[in-house]
Amino acid sequence: MNPALLPLFVGVPLAVAGLMAVFTPPMWVRSTLMMVPSGLGLAAASLLLWQTRDGQVLAHNVGLWQDGISIPFVADTFTALMLWTTSLLVLVSAAFAAAVHDDQRPFFPSLVLVLYAGVSGALLTGDLFNLFVFIEVMLLPSYGLLAMIGALGRLRAGRIYVTVNLLTSTIFLAGVALVYGATGTVHLGELAGQAAESPVVAAGMGVVILALSIKAAVVPVHGWLARTYPRASPAVTALFSGLHTKVAIYAIYRLYALVFDGDSTYLWIGVLVFSATMLIGVMGAVGEDTTRSILVFHMISQIGYILLGVALFTEIGLMAGIFYLIHHMIVKASLFLSTGAIEHTHGTGALDRLGGIARRQPVLGLVFMGAALSLAGLPPFSGFVAKLTLVIGAVDAQQWAAAAIMIVVSLITLMSMLKIWGGVFWGKDPAHEADHDGSGTTSAEGGTTTVTAARVRPMVLMPGLILTATTLCIGLGAQVLLTLSAEAAQGLLDTSGYLEAVLGG
Amino acid sequence: MTLAVTIAIMVAGGVYLMLQRGMVRIVLGLLLLGHAVNLLIMSAGGTFRRDQPLLGINPPDWAADPLPQAFVLTAIVIAFSIVIYMLTLAASGSDDDTEDAS
Repeated sequence: MNPALLPLFVGVPLAVAGLMAVFTPPMWVRSTLMMVPSGLGLAAASLLLWQTRDGQVLAHNVGLWQDGISIPFVADTFTALMLWTTSLLVLVSAAFAAAVHDDQRPFFPSLVLVLYAGVSGALLTGDLFNLFVFIEVMLLPSYGLLAMIGALGRLRAGRIYVTVNLLTSTIFLAGVALVYGATGTVHLGELAGQAAESPVVAAGMGVVILALSIKAAVVPVHGWLARTYPRASPAVTALFSGLHTKVAIYAIYRLYALVFDGDSTYLWIGVLVFSATMLIGVMGAVGEDTTRSILVFHMISQIGYILLGVALFTEIGLMAGIFYLIHHMIVKASLFLSTGAIEHTHGTGALDRLGGIARRQPVLGLVFMGAALSLAGLPPFSGFVAKLTLVIGAVDAQQWAAAAIMIVVSLITLMSMLKIWGGVFWGKDPAHEADHDGSGTTSAEGGTTTVTAARVRPMVLMPGLILTATTLCIGLGAQVLLTLSAEAAQGLLDTSGYLEAVLGG
Repeated sequence: MTLAVTIAIMVAGGVYLMLQRGMVRIVLGLLLLGHAVNLLIMSAGGTFRRDQPLLGINPPDWAADPLPQAFVLTAIVIAFSIVIYMLTLAASGSDDDTEDAS
């Protein structure tokens, strides 16, 4: 692929989104068009992955400005992997949204595409300020998507979400200002290694990393995530979980590798904070009683795992972290989609109001169970490989405590997956329960009679099924993704290829 | 120095307003904070060692740095659009203003 085509990852979705918003074609055209850019993106990202598989870095200066003062778009193995996963998730979530008719809301398809464009841009850009702009491009449609469809209380969730994100963006901007004041540039190639040399630059970049950590929902700044995600519509939660926090994680990996040059002075902070994130996230899930709020707390815990890879900053640690990131994006979206399918069909995600779904719909049960076991880290799913390599990485770096926490947290994760399993998939049909205790739990959300009668339609089930199949494939053929992750980790450890591409040698 | 003091005052006011409960006050607090950061970006351009970008009066080396100004312009536009959206959120939904009467 010609590097000059890289901006099209942003341009095509934006153009389609704009045209759709202006011309408002008939519904079926919009539903189809919503999936075209991410489908194309998936194909292009596969090509990109093939091209960068041996560590080649593609870079293009937008507007053909000179190296060093331009805004470059850069793609290495890590970027290509992320783009591939992002495109897959957008495609699958869009299919789910179309199946549950979320896409009939005004401008829904356009907003999803703008979100996709923003994420692609944030992954590709090689400029700190441009990263801020693309994160904003990603967030603006999200505000609309969150408040547009979803459970009761979504307006309050929208208020929290917008406020936290605007504050975080302001902090990010302050960090960029400090870095610019100290170095006179925001070009990542020019900034490379500067934070390792000068504590002033490190302080400025520290503010940027703090802002990114809030966006990634690292403990102790994770509260907003648990308060907002369960309120959106299932399709939107799946989309957000796969993209938003993960872009922040990607940026933390990239910035620490490039600007800090993997400086080992600050790594202990990371190990401490991310271990706390793993533990506190999973503890939070214990007290929750709806499927999605449990899953959201698990997401926080898993973010700790992923970021531990960068806190180790060894070859195996980074490789494990990147593998974990890709695995997690797919598995988490699968879980949100399969529980979302239940929520859409039965009108509730509350554990005590559901039951016996595995007996009535074995396929749905399998889809959920596959993803849940993968999340907990059992073979033969991708989660096993991800956790094993990360534990090996931690032991290798002699972080015994972190390795122990990882194993303990895995067990607790499995326990709360069993809680969902026991509450939703096994047990008696909820109608029986209602008959026995005779309480008036009917009426509220369509009545308990429909809870047993309704079946999840195949079209609604399919997106989750595809993702669970993907995690199984990654688990069985782990070598492919491990090789790519190792290549990506190599690109982070040795940034000379990246710098040569953006600065022209 | 003037810039530093202005930024400090604006951040203090912004944080105070953001710790209030009412949505409108939070929005105003964020606005103040956003402008404080904009000033921070301007000062990052080195205002103390630069002057007006006028040819023939100042040598080109002294001309004000245009890059932070472009940053600030972008940041203002983004913050403005989000603030409008937040005001919409404040106007819809339940009233959460904390007048201590009633």
